[in-house]
Amino acid sequence: MAAYLIRRLWQMIPTLLGVVLLVFFLFKYFGSDPSVILGGLNASPEQIEAIREQLGLNKPVWEQLYIFIKQIVTFDWGKSWATNESVANLFATRLPATLTVTVPILILEVVLAIPFALAVATVRGSLTDRAVMICSTVAVSISLLVYVILAQYVFAFRLGWFPVQGWTGNHWTNLTTYAPLPVLVAVAVSLAPQIRLYRSFFLDEIGHDYVRTARAKGLTERTVLLKHVLRNAMIPILTNVSVLLPGVLVGSFLIEVFFSIPGLGRELLLAVNRGDYPVLQAFAIYLAALTMTFNLLVDLLYKLVDPRVVLK
Amino acid sequence: MVCMTIVGCFLVLVLLAATDLVAANWQKEIGVPNAPPTLLGPQPQEDTGAIVVPKGPNVDLSDIDPLAPRYGEWAERAKAFKTEEIVKAETLPLGGDRLGRDVLAKVVKGAEVSIVVGLSAALVATLIGTVLGALSGFFGGKVGDFLEWVYNVFTAIPTILLIFAFAAIFPRGIGAVVCILAFTGWTGIYRLVRAEFMKHRVREYVRSAEAIGASQWSRMFKHILPNVSHVALVQLSLHVVSFIKSEVILSYLGLGVSVDQVSWGTMLAEAQNEMILGYWWQLAAVTAFMAVFVTAFALFTDALRDALDPKLRGLE
Repeated sequence: MAAYLIRRLWQMIPTLLGVVLLVFFLFKYFGSDPSVILGGLNASPEQIEAIREQLGLNKPVWEQLYIFIKQIVTFDWGKSWATNESVANLFATRLPATLTVTVPILILEVVLAIPFALAVATVRGSLTDRAVMICSTVAVSISLLVYVILAQYVFAFRLGWFPVQGWTGNHWTNLTTYAPLPVLVAVAVSLAPQIRLYRSFFLDEIGHDYVRTARAKGLTERTVLLKHVLRNAMIPILTNVSVLLPGVLVGSFLIEVFFSIPGLGRELLLAVNRGDYPVLQAFAIYLAALTMTFNLLVDLLYKLVDPRVVLK
Repeated sequence: MVCMTIVGCFLVLVLLAATDLVAANWQKEIGVPNAPPTLLGPQPQEDTGAIVVPKGPNVDLSDIDPLAPRYGEWAERAKAFKTEEIVKAETLPLGGDRLGRDVLAKVVKGAEVSIVVGLSAALVATLIGTVLGALSGFFGGKVGDFLEWVYNVFTAIPTILLIFAFAAIFPRGIGAVVCILAFTGWTGIYRLVRAEFMKHRVREYVRSAEAIGASQWSRMFKHILPNVSHVALVQLSLHVVSFIKSEVILSYLGLGVSVDQVSWGTMLAEAQNEMILGYWWQLAAVTAFMAVFVTAFALFTDALRDALDPKLRGLE
């Protein structure tokens, strides 16, 4: 176990290095010149030169890369070009808002999708099954934007059940007042494809021999489904959740933009629009590292769910 | 079959729009602002409160107004420059937007942009994925390791973040959106094509081709590629759908097509504000067009996969 963990962590290093190189060269050679962005429209050549000097853009490339890596390791990203807020502070203040929305989304999604999918899978081939499948195919085809626009209009603007948008400094108020509508919309939208996917997992398991055996020895359908099928289908479900898990950090950026939630995703979009490179680079690298850590955790979770899995 | 007809109709529509046969003048303001759809009839005349002609002793100011003698002269002169009266339509087939542009023409033009972006991005992504996957799967070894590393790097960064990073450095426009989506979307295709190439590389027919002296390139692209092309084709059509959706979202956020173009995403961005004022037709038009096309294309993809890859049938 320990050896496995160490090897996995060791393997993460080249990938992380690649991410660092990708981000560095992407912005260095394809992005527009930072000094021009910072200088603004009316900058004189001397000002541009001064900014270049200050940012170290006149140094050789390898030295810039060294500084870049040093910034990553020491968690010192300096300040956002646009707001002069320190990048570390940005992270710390925006993350709670994002998590307030995304964690309930993820939990509700999984908790709701599993029973629904199991129910749909048991009535496979029937009219209900086909109706649900057709509905979810059509529902998936409509852009997420439409649902958000409509939900905001109907539930918040027309019916007034929820505030249209808003956020406060109090976590509890946020969770109970401002988060419900975004969470409900996001769950409603992603539920259909999730059910579709989980249904295919369950169907896959139901087709196996062990299910027939379980039925043959007289177990109730309930036991077969809940004990045998569900347990075995947890593996692909867990894989799917692990794919969704990194989305907890920036995944719901559209929801954040719509409902003006001051989270990481919205901050990222602002950074793109302002050409705020330090923020973008820091986000890219740390989120990549976090994603890899999540994946590692899920691999360890497999072991918990399925004792047959051998970690090597 | 129905879905293929619908997809075909949309493609014809895209061609017609691209050659300016339909929806060429989507930017013309041919209707009154926010003209409702024809079915609903014209907007009720709002009471604009016509100015009541004042009455009273001090109404006629012409003897103290220094400009009064020249009013007649100016009216004469103004007649020489009589502007053309454009009769604006009260209603349009699918309604009009804020500027009175025809929503039908806009949605057709938007369909052209969105579908072209989706298709070409999927083509480029498939091309990148297939070529890299072929190289990695066929050669293995150092090349394979290097490409695996590149793949790991690209998949380590969350997709949306990668898209944003690319969007930050590219200018706005159709070409840029295609590049952004293609450069971030090739990884899944790469993985599948690579696996197929690894499987086929050691098959007998490839070995026999090698024995009769077929070069590496010829083996890769003449012998193996036709045998794995179904994977690439299915992935291509799967990606078209997801790229169209991504384009809509990117354009909505202002990271997509430039401002003088229209796509389903920019229309949705406008529709959001119109919605609050009660003008729902632009939203409805875009939603309907998009839902029909994407559903049809998704069903078409399913059919294509069933036909080309029978092993996967019934899985979903």
